[in-house]
Amino acid sequence: MIADQDFDAIVVGSGPGGSTVAEVLTAAGWSVLIFEKGRNHLIDLADPTRLLTDYSNDELKFISRHFLGPDPWLEPRTFRAGEDRGDREHIGEANNLPSTVGGGGVHADGKLPRFLAADFRMRSDLGPVDGAAVEDWPVDYDEMEPFYADAERIVGVAGDADANPFAAWRSGPYPMPPGAPMYGAVRSTASAEKLGLHPYPGPTGANSVPYDGRPACNNCGFCAYYGCPIHAKGDPVAPLQRALLTGRCELRPETFVSRVLVTNGRATGVEYVDRDGVTRTETATRAVVLAGGAVETPRLLLLSGFEHPLIGRHLMCHFQTMVMGIMLFRTHPHRGRAVTHMHDDHLIGDDASRAAAAAAGLPWLRGGMVEHCGPGAPVMESRTYPWGRRHKEMMRESPMRDHMWGFTMQGEDLPQPTNRIDLDPTVRDIRGFPAMRMTYRSHAMELAASRHYAPTLAAVLEDMGATQTMVATSPVPDGPYGGYLSPIPNSKHVVGTVRMGTDPSTSVLDPWGRFHDVPNLMVADSSGFVTSTGYGPTLTIVALAIRNARALASS
Amino acid sequence: MPAFFTPDEYAVVVAVCERLIPADDQPGATDAAVADYIDTLLGAFSFDPPRIWAVHPRRSEFHPLTPLDELAWRTRIEGSLGRPERELNGPTVGWQQRYRDGVAALGADFGRVDEDEQKRRLRADRDFLMLVHQHACEGMYGAPAYGGNRGLVGWANSGFEGDVQPRGYTDAEVSGP
Repeated sequence: MIADQDFDAIVVGSGPGGSTVAEVLTAAGWSVLIFEKGRNHLIDLADPTRLLTDYSNDELKFISRHFLGPDPWLEPRTFRAGEDRGDREHIGEANNLPSTVGGGGVHADGKLPRFLAADFRMRSDLGPVDGAAVEDWPVDYDEMEPFYADAERIVGVAGDADANPFAAWRSGPYPMPPGAPMYGAVRSTASAEKLGLHPYPGPTGANSVPYDGRPACNNCGFCAYYGCPIHAKGDPVAPLQRALLTGRCELRPETFVSRVLVTNGRATGVEYVDRDGVTRTETATRAVVLAGGAVETPRLLLLSGFEHPLIGRHLMCHFQTMVMGIMLFRTHPHRGRAVTHMHDDHLIGDDASRAAAAAAGLPWLRGGMVEHCGPGAPVMESRTYPWGRRHKEMMRESPMRDHMWGFTMQGEDLPQPTNRIDLDPTVRDIRGFPAMRMTYRSHAMELAASRHYAPTLAAVLEDMGATQTMVATSPVPDGPYGGYLSPIPNSKHVVGTVRMGTDPSTSVLDPWGRFHDVPNLMVADSSGFVTSTGYGPTLTIVALAIRNARALASS
Repeated sequence: MPAFFTPDEYAVVVAVCERLIPADDQPGATDAAVADYIDTLLGAFSFDPPRIWAVHPRRSEFHPLTPLDELAWRTRIEGSLGRPERELNGPTVGWQQRYRDGVAALGADFGRVDEDEQKRRLRADRDFLMLVHQHACEGMYGAPAYGGNRGLVGWANSGFEGDVQPRGYTDAEVSGP
């Protein structure tokens, strides 16, 4: 516990963005207080050199029982597919990311690609789309490159700098070589290449060799949705550890920040509810940084009474197209790092995609990164088979797991002002605050891109020898609620709700992630993203956090 | 002694689980103690710490719960029971009550009637069938720390190695057929 004092900065959220900011600011000599609403299962706060051993290879604990939080009963969210659907159509989980020390970095399987140079200038390169506010980012790839390189070193990313022909330029190699390819990916990459695609080892935040004092990944298979039991994953443990070890950083788990305090255009601190339910305040003398993610950050701003009309708008989640095939051979998708290979071909326009866009009445369309993957969890698998005499035979034959392989395309999602986060008018969380309400419906572009690229992915699976292929999407616009596939997007890549820009009338944040009208209040998560791109957001969250926190520290 | 069910209820739950996941030439739900998994879940708060989150998938040590975690899990298991702190957004019928009612509706003779009659009774209440099916799958193929998957028979049947820490898999096991 740091002696009673004012902190230079308060950071709300301990995920990849908040942890990175804490490392940068403490390195610059600032004192930092981090609030985290979830529990701590990551790091011994009394002795930050020690990492905890709470994570385990347990499908029930992590998938069925919300070990990483949030518990959807304590923190319900609500959802509706449009403002014409009444106050809400669903209460419970909606796109939940972990609520725990380390945030979304703990559960991710750590695919950490950089964006393409073109991702930062979509408006200039591709042009506007009706119904969406497609804009250029206020930063370009050339400026981001050194921060991407630092982010890869901080997190620890394994990859092959020469393997992806579409990748943007890089100043150096990845910190580590790629890890072992999964068997399914060995087969699917061979077929994909035969069909003219360009698969490559996905840049992965899991150690392929010992790195930064943590061991190499041993391929245990419990990766996506799990905390790493041996801390081989690039979760925010490294930046948090370094911040805490400066002696200038305090982390308070199980505290919920309910209000950002602003006086005369300056953020002065926060009001929060401690673990005993008592409301308290803390003061920050220099800056407040919000890093609760693209759902919780706009929720906090709305709870605090911020009035910019764009707060919460332009919510984006990747449109997932899942194309799976049943193979004659065993794919053992439970061995390895959940996803070891990807391809980016469907982010690159060609004559066929332009024709498909024109046929759908769109100026252009774009898919996303394609993860080569298979389902590895037997409890989830067992629920897909009928009960009764054939059940155990099906589990032995395992068409839906051990003979399955396929693709998830994380399709670019357009920034529609009507897709948004606001406060539910009646549903409350356990502390009595209004729940987040998500209003979301896919744009025609996402649906057209999904329809256009799914047959290519199915053809790869057929070349692999699939006896049957199937296509599913998330969300399923106008589908029923209650199941895994519903109108609620499953993608955990949630971005864009407090967007950056140069013009205060069309953006909430300035090009440095700070509020146009409150310059010492910064956002360091994916809320500031201007477009969703077709890539996982985490590395760009970290790179932007480094860039913007360094600028903050020297301001 | 079961942690939650009466001996008669327990016998019905055993028969239900065996109907959902029957033994063939490999062990079934009864062999895997799937009913014990469900009983442990419903009786989780008769243990200290409550049996909600196992520290390790194959050992009987459990994480302590915070007061908020306990509130959520007690509400889920016991129901809101008219207590204001459990009725945040309305009343909840807990799993204990759903099992008590569901098992009663299946009849004390459930284990003695023939297969077709068992199926007919199970299908008469879709919501309860979905709940017990989910729990039966968890008890059969989940980590043994929670009382089911005894002898790892669920994993053995499905060719799943389960938790392989600290050994993990070699690169050859990952990349080869």
